[in-house]
Amino acid sequence: MSENNGTQESQDAPSWPLYEVFVRGKRGLNHVHVGSLHAADDRMALSNARDLYTRRNEGVSIWVVRSSNIAASSRDEKDAFFDPSADKVYRHPTFYDIPADIPHI
Amino acid sequence: MTDDHVYLALAEEHEGTDARWAFGTGFEDPLHGVDTDVPAGVDTVELAAACTALGDDALVSAQRLAEWCTNAPELEDEVALANIGLDLLGQARLLYTRAGQVDGTGRGEDDFAYLREASEFRNLRLAELPNGDFAFSVARLLVFSTWRLALFTQLAASSPDPVLSAIAAKAVKETTYHLRYAADWTVRLGDGTELSARKMGAAMEQVAVFLDEVCEAGAKSAVDAVALREAVIAQLRHVCDVATLVYPAPGQDPLRGRDGQHTEYLAPLIEELQSLARALPGAVW
Repeated sequence: MSENNGTQESQDAPSWPLYEVFVRGKRGLNHVHVGSLHAADDRMALSNARDLYTRRNEGVSIWVVRSSNIAASSRDEKDAFFDPSADKVYRHPTFYDIPADIPHI
Repeated sequence: MTDDHVYLALAEEHEGTDARWAFGTGFEDPLHGVDTDVPAGVDTVELAAACTALGDDALVSAQRLAEWCTNAPELEDEVALANIGLDLLGQARLLYTRAGQVDGTGRGEDDFAYLREASEFRNLRLAELPNGDFAFSVARLLVFSTWRLALFTQLAASSPDPVLSAIAAKAVKETTYHLRYAADWTVRLGDGTELSARKMGAAMEQVAVFLDEVCEAGAKSAVDAVALREAVIAQLRHVCDVATLVYPAPGQDPLRGRDGQHTEYLAPLIEELQSLARALPGAVW
């Protein structure tokens, strides 16, 4: 039982892959990105996500996904992707009255 | 889309009171609102002793798990071990409070945790051993949570004291996760590299020395001791099988923490645990 001799060896090992964590809160309707963590595989990622991101009673469901599996829009394409939508007000259906008893719109 | 952030719920008002989840609920009495009458025919001395011993197991284990903070191999596991420790600390609070109610002294949770000498603690010897390496802490947590889950499952179903039964039912959920965590790591290390398998195997042999003490400890908590031992051994064998580890032969440590026979490691642990409460009597946050 030498003192924490596991620590030294793990520092030499390559670090675990990065996972992104999505939690569905009690009030929320969809899973929301809350952060990321390191884990050796999916099962450990779920355990770690439970410990890191739901320990204050935040969630009822967790998704984890390897960060490398996420395809992301690139910063270079920002203008081409998003600017064209900035001046199309007619895409906002503002002429409807939304009934008060229709939630989540 | 509104109201969809998971952290917003933390700052919500809690049933019209000022107590918000994120800031602590500030309840003085952990058994507040619970019917705490003791049913007729229940031996209060035995019940208090059982609650105290289970509380001591939880408190001492929580202290050891907290020692992993800043020392665990990975940040994620540091938080996981601390979480498990906090679950156990919560169990200790409830168990001590119940012990103080039924033993006639009116002592509160702090009296049990902070104002007893190390020699008065009745925790398992296994719980007080130093953390050792990560494999040893995992092996200890595996044995401890396997036993505790089997015990609490029985107590939840059949304890003559409804309060202890309710505490056990709450603890079953927590302990199920502790066991999952410990079993996962036992399998990872046991079925991992040659080095990790060797360390995990050595750790299992070290904790097996205390297996008899652990299995016996249930007998004093008014449960079916034979069924308890069988459940513990079957679970440990299963984990060892999956982890490709040899199931270790139970050792023959004849001393019993339940009888106040402790290792040299308990007194320093209790001293550190109680240092603040002893230096500043009655201190609160």
